[in-house]
Amino acid sequence: MGCDDSAVLRERGQREVFCGLAPIVWLHRKIQDAFFLVVGSRTCAHLIQSAAGVMIFAEPRFATAIIEERDLAGRADANAELDRIVTRLLERRPDIKMLFLVGSCPSEVIKLDLDLAADRLMRTVGTGVRIVHFSGSGLETTFSQGEDACLTALVPHLPAAEAGAGRSLLVVGSLAEVVEGQLQRLLEGLGIERVRFFPPRSSDDLPPVGPDTVVLLAHPFLATTARSLEARGATRVSAPFPLGAEGTTLWLKAAADAFGVAPERFEAVTAPAAARAKMALDRYREELSGKKIFFFPDSQIEIPLARFLSRELGMELAEVGTPYLNRQMIAPELALLPSGTRLSEGQDLERQLDRCRADHPDLVVCGLGLANPFEAEGIATKWSIELLFTPIQGYDQAGDLAELFARPLLRRSRLVELAPCN
Amino acid sequence: MQLTLWTYEGPSHIGAIRVAAAMTGVHFVLHAPQGDSYADLLFTMIERGQKRPPVTYTSFQGRELATNTSELFKTAARDAIERYKPQALLVGSSCTAELIQDDTGGLARAMNLPIPVVPVELSAFMRKENWGANETFYQLVRALAGPHVPPPGTPRPARAPGQRPRCNLLGATSLGFRHRDDVTEIARLLDRIGIDVNVAAPLGASPADLARLGDADFNVVLYPEVAGAAAEWLKRSFGQPAVTTVPLGIGATLDFIREVATLAGIDPAQALAHVPSRLPWYSRSVDSNYLTGKRVFVFGDATHAIGAARVAAKELGFTVVGLGTYSREQARDVREAAKLYGIEALITDDYLEVEAKVAEAQPDLVLGTQMERHVAKRLGVPCAVISAPVHVQDFPARYAPQLGFEGANVLFDTWIHPLMMGLEEHLLTMFRHDFEFHEEAAPSHLGRGAAQAAERPADPVAVAAAPAVVTDTSGPVSAPVATGEIVPVWTADAEKELLKVPFFVRGKARRNTERFARERGLAQITVEALYDAKANVGR
Ligand code: SF4
Repeated sequence: MGCDDSAVLRERGQREVFCGLAPIVWLHRKIQDAFFLVVGSRTCAHLIQSAAGVMIFAEPRFATAIIEERDLAGRADANAELDRIVTRLLERRPDIKMLFLVGSCPSEVIKLDLDLAADRLMRTVGTGVRIVHFSGSGLETTFSQGEDACLTALVPHLPAAEAGAGRSLLVVGSLAEVVEGQLQRLLEGLGIERVRFFPPRSSDDLPPVGPDTVVLLAHPFLATTARSLEARGATRVSAPFPLGAEGTTLWLKAAADAFGVAPERFEAVTAPAAARAKMALDRYREELSGKKIFFFPDSQIEIPLARFLSRELGMELAEVGTPYLNRQMIAPELALLPSGTRLSEGQDLERQLDRCRADHPDLVVCGLGLANPFEAEGIATKWSIELLFTPIQGYDQAGDLAELFARPLLRRSRLVELAPCN
Repeated sequence: MQLTLWTYEGPSHIGAIRVAAAMTGVHFVLHAPQGDSYADLLFTMIERGQKRPPVTYTSFQGRELATNTSELFKTAARDAIERYKPQALLVGSSCTAELIQDDTGGLARAMNLPIPVVPVELSAFMRKENWGANETFYQLVRALAGPHVPPPGTPRPARAPGQRPRCNLLGATSLGFRHRDDVTEIARLLDRIGIDVNVAAPLGASPADLARLGDADFNVVLYPEVAGAAAEWLKRSFGQPAVTTVPLGIGATLDFIREVATLAGIDPAQALAHVPSRLPWYSRSVDSNYLTGKRVFVFGDATHAIGAARVAAKELGFTVVGLGTYSREQARDVREAAKLYGIEALITDDYLEVEAKVAEAQPDLVLGTQMERHVAKRLGVPCAVISAPVHVQDFPARYAPQLGFEGANVLFDTWIHPLMMGLEEHLLTMFRHDFEFHEEAAPSHLGRGAAQAAERPADPVAVAAAPAVVTDTSGPVSAPVATGEIVPVWTADAEKELLKVPFFVRGKARRNTERFARERGLAQITVEALYDAKANVGR
């Protein structure tokens, strides 16, 4: 077991991935008093609209300040324009307690300084509103890295943990409420009393951080956030990610070890839930075992998913693509992958499609742009984006997670009387 | 800078992709950062495309900006040609690429490629989707048909004896609102009156087809938003006149037949005598009496909005109380059309403004885009969708054109369906105290829960993209309503009287009465005031 560096295919070419603006789709629902204002182009506005799949909310908590020709030609002062828009927005929405100014490719290329703008606006209009900048630009960030950038920008705003308050655990990365609740109960069961989640649901509930804070990442794509928390004195414990029964156990174990929980207690608390998860997985093993799966790069959770599917459900890994391979974050996962697994980092879409077709996988995990063309070719797919919008972490979601992969295969086995497509 | 919460039109390069994806044998190399590849999902998920659109995104990254983005572009173009072997290569820049100022057209030309290269300037910071489609189609037509333009002054060759007149059918694209079925319907209609289609484009055409556009006797412009500029150029270059009446509804289809027949030099009498559509009879049928004077608010792209208003007013007997468009390029035409109904056109791409205007107009029916469908749902008003931007539901499995005679049938069904059926409406009024006709007993055709749904404040809907999202949609935070005016109070008697008003118009009666009371400065709404308001406002 264990995968090493040598097997990694590093590719550079056309990419078929979202930029870092896309996480706004879930972040704005997570932090419920925050507003995300993208400073970008009509493309950026259209991307979020399309990625969300949400036509519209009565009053959405995200928007785009669209840069226009007059801003570029110097007929309007882009900074003054931004101030005007933010002022109007905050007047209209007194419920907003935190405003994110989100940079984009266009704002970066024209060198609009949004850090400066955030400072300036905090002084002029920001009574009671925290204004924070991060970049979701496709030039620098791929999909889930947008969440990393957002959380990184929040780290300096976290209050300092009171000295002598005792050690606390900080779970980092947005999780569904139901998952947070389950993990919290398990961690408390282990005797870890002070558990906080980051990001919080409300912007005035930012968790404190300090030398007594132990950081445990819920997702692999949060490397920069982890580093910033470390810079504030926190200690990061490294673990596989809480996907599947095994992943969840190892993840909890890392926390337990950091807090000196006795092995017996760990066993007593986790065993029933782990057994339940394994039972839930049994239902899908027959369908998935021995089936070949191919991952296109998307959000960086591909490696933990591959580990789960191969070890707990017996799937065969054709290729595991990831947009970015952060060795340090992912090392505990790599150690669990079957040796010789073909890993690829970055993307050259056409070549990857060639490899995929040559592999004849039973299931392809890919983005929405690729799914239907694969289906039309007769290859079953699983939309990767669903893995980010659905609660999949923890023991009690392990079965649901397996079901997401089994469903496309089950569906095919039912559709026995369809004529070929035209 | 413009604050945008939601946009009717995508960026201009989406329009270019809609043209490229509609055609065969064209490949588009778009200089763009990685995130812009989201465009593919519009085609594969909303339109359920079985192939990715023919686009290569160069996917340049931050660290390459200072060095070799133009090399990257050239490699992408070379690889795309080798892999896809297109007959023509379209090249352009998305917004970010426009800022870094790589001259994609110049770069591609300098490569001495073996196929025609068509550069398109998309003016991303000024223009939008429809403009991009129009410009791209024009550039393709000019580049590919251009070499076949006769010298100025050459008369059009006469048709060979016995040969049927031929026209081009212009404007249908991928992701167009029912474009696919409209092309089929209009081609059939033309065939019936003795006219052949030379080329239908962009949808279904190849570069070789565009090269022979000049062979047609005239052009039919189905969607001026997309084919306007190309048709102008064809007229100048080949002397081809263009039919610009869009055959939406019976009246417009008959006009269209007359116009086409004149250009083709054939007698339309037979085609005009027989109208293979049920709309004329259904609209005359006694049941349709209840449609008379229904207040309808129309909003969409210019072509569909203008056409829909005409059908609503002249073929269904509705009263058009609102007409608007998000297409600024066609604002003038919509303003002209609005005058016919004695109203002022609404020209805006801010859906909040549209929502406010719809609320103010208190229509019985909204004909709009998917956005207006949401607006209408929030306001509890029935709605039918008539225009892009498209949603997965706008690609029905069945044949459902909007244009021509079959299109008219589709319009009748889809617009009338959301309204209360005539007889059902009467019955509900007559038996409103009957237990089966309690408050929540919405008309059967609206299905269970229609009444509650109408009340929900926020109603996000999934395009095909990510249905999972929709499961988590707690209410949005709404903006506070500006107050300061007196809010009239209902007396108990008036409240009781209001309950006697059929529930499906009760909301409107309440709003009308409150508005009336506010206008008169009444602090209390009495039974008298209720009936005064009724007399003043009418139905
Ligand atoms: S890749 Fe850049 S330009 Fe495109 S949507 Fe993302 S931030 Fe905007």
